[in-house]
Amino acid sequence: MLLHDELRKFVTDSFMFGELYDGFSDGDSFLEQGIIDSTAVLELIAFLEERYAIKLQDRDLIPDNLDSVNGLARFVESRLQSH
Amino acid sequence: MCGIAGIFNLDGAPIDQESLWRMIGMLAHRGPDSAGVHVEDSVGLAHSRLSIIDLARGQQPMCNEDSSLWITFNGEIFNYVELRDELVQKGHRFATRSDTEVILHLYEEKGEDCVRYLNGQWAFAIWDNRHRRLFLSRDRLGVRPLFFTQTNKAFIFGSEIKAIFALPDVPREIDVNGLDEVFTYWCTIPPTTLFRNISELPPGHSMTVDAGGVTFRQYWDCQFESTPAVVEPGQEQAYADELLELLINATQIRLRSDVPVGAHLSGGLDSTVIATLAKRFTSTPLRTFSVTFDDAELDESSFQREVVHFLGTDHQELHCSKNQIGEVFPDVIWHTEKPVLRTAPAPMYLLSRLVRNSGYKVVVTGEGADEVLGGYDIFKETKIRRFWESQPDSALRPLLLRRLYPYLRNLQNLPDAYRKAFFHINVDSNLQPFFSHIPRWELTSKLKMFFSGATRAAITGDDGYSNIRSRLPTSYLSWDSFCQAQYLETKYLLPGYILSSQGDRMAMAHSVEGRFPFLDHRVVEFASRLSSRLKMKVLNEKYLLKRSAAGLVPPSVAKRHKQPYRAPEACSFLQPAARDYVEALLSPEQIARDGIFDARLVVKLLEKFCKGAAIGVKDNLALVGIISTQLLMHQFINHFESRASSLVAA
Repeated sequence: MLLHDELRKFVTDSFMFGELYDGFSDGDSFLEQGIIDSTAVLELIAFLEERYAIKLQDRDLIPDNLDSVNGLARFVESRLQSH
Repeated sequence: MCGIAGIFNLDGAPIDQESLWRMIGMLAHRGPDSAGVHVEDSVGLAHSRLSIIDLARGQQPMCNEDSSLWITFNGEIFNYVELRDELVQKGHRFATRSDTEVILHLYEEKGEDCVRYLNGQWAFAIWDNRHRRLFLSRDRLGVRPLFFTQTNKAFIFGSEIKAIFALPDVPREIDVNGLDEVFTYWCTIPPTTLFRNISELPPGHSMTVDAGGVTFRQYWDCQFESTPAVVEPGQEQAYADELLELLINATQIRLRSDVPVGAHLSGGLDSTVIATLAKRFTSTPLRTFSVTFDDAELDESSFQREVVHFLGTDHQELHCSKNQIGEVFPDVIWHTEKPVLRTAPAPMYLLSRLVRNSGYKVVVTGEGADEVLGGYDIFKETKIRRFWESQPDSALRPLLLRRLYPYLRNLQNLPDAYRKAFFHINVDSNLQPFFSHIPRWELTSKLKMFFSGATRAAITGDDGYSNIRSRLPTSYLSWDSFCQAQYLETKYLLPGYILSSQGDRMAMAHSVEGRFPFLDHRVVEFASRLSSRLKMKVLNEKYLLKRSAAGLVPPSVAKRHKQPYRAPEACSFLQPAARDYVEALLSPEQIARDGIFDARLVVKLLEKFCKGAAIGVKDNLALVGIISTQLLMHQFINHFESRASSLVAA
């Protein structure tokens, strides 16, 4: 499965329980869409660390990295490439 | 403590006694000691009795000297001794020593205003034959329940909804607006209930029913001060002493009973204070009861044992496992009669069974202190958020939230936009009256994503929290955020969840009566006049109570931070005792048949739990809420007759 697809599936399964909002796109902000809350952030971090064997540092926890499917994909790709 | 029920045929038709017996049969758990009915033309009253005061002569329904008044009463009037003396001086003659008879004579003397003189916890109905009217009332804080419905022909009431449903003519349907309220506020907002056309008399209200119709009257409300008196540090002890005096008397009169009174012990400050005061007035060793858990995060047994050692009580523990919670949850929901989002009522159900099996019918507890004297985290969170809001760009102010939520280890590094969004720092001006509760209500409302399209379409709307907004007292906006938060907790969650789903219903499921000194209206009124700073000094919760209790309770208990009472959550439903019914109730076919939730989403949620991937608060609330709603559908809509007929036959 492509990285984008995998991340989208995780977000939709875990936080939206498979229900895609009409018009939801990979660039949409999780925060603005009300998809993510304080415990969901922890779930998201745990998934990224376990699935991609990467360790997130405090400096990584910024909206650019975590707030959309595109942002997540960019972040994961860059971390995997730097390994 | 008892169960009450009744029918008033508005068309004048005679009462069918069999219907009354069927209704009161549904409430046998509330009053297993005896049952009675009184029928008078078109009015019938029924009662199931838990004998506590005047064991020999307190049977109900009870009448006055000339039988012009008849009462069916659930509860206790704790100042009945003083009221009785006053009434005797005025010439009233009593046939019993019961508090029930005091209400009748007080009604003769004061009419509908009689409730203003009562100190206690009650739900009662008086048939006033002279005026051909039924007068019903419920206590100030909503300790005891009272539900009613009206058909074309009759007004019908009962302590629990299942008594009303015992009449086959009463339709049983889910009210999606009640469901919408539970999935917002954690409770229904009276008069709404989970069932269509079934109403709840709000706390602090009375009502009359006669040929002219139904009239409601609010006789009490929790009121705070717009500009509370400034208390200098040197005056604090005087306030602490006054609070202690009130609590001593509130506890003392709550020990009035012809059967022994025990106490709950959580290991926290509130129950320890009450157990300490109760011990002063108990000649035999005080019997105490507590719940313990495997999970160290939830378990308070070390504090409980310290208090037991300190007070020298005769103590019993109920060790509660996840499997037990899963096992008893269907019965818990049979008694709550509304969905719950936490499993916390289940251990209380098991605890009351232990109390009853130990030969006790009455317990005093520390319930109400957190609402009245400022103990809950939501009050602390409100203070921090207000402090943060005044300088929204501060990097340090939000870090105070880590005191409440230790798991937010990365709070300081979370993006500012995340922090502000999660804690609702930029609350719209029209939502400012609910500043304290917006984070909870917004989070809970997200659970409605599991509602089916049909459910969403049928909800007629609670835009901008209008159900609560329309009921706010006129002075509400002049109170500070802390008092507003206290009002919302005391007015809605306390009666709608804490005292009902977690309180009366769990205790009465095993015929046990709870008594709550912190909810003596004199204590509540005293506390509501206090400055918020005296209740929570900076972030030190229940500051005044701690001063009052200094020297009374073990220092470690007085100093410890408030630990919210919590039980193992949704993991309880993955245990062997729950697996079968959870699979059946949450099967896509059953979810689709019942129509309340979206089967596709519920399947995904359950999968997430089964994979061990559900760690968030929201997922836990969702699963408990969905299972409890499905249990209500199963027990009250789809299969009510089978359970009802077995109860009535018994």
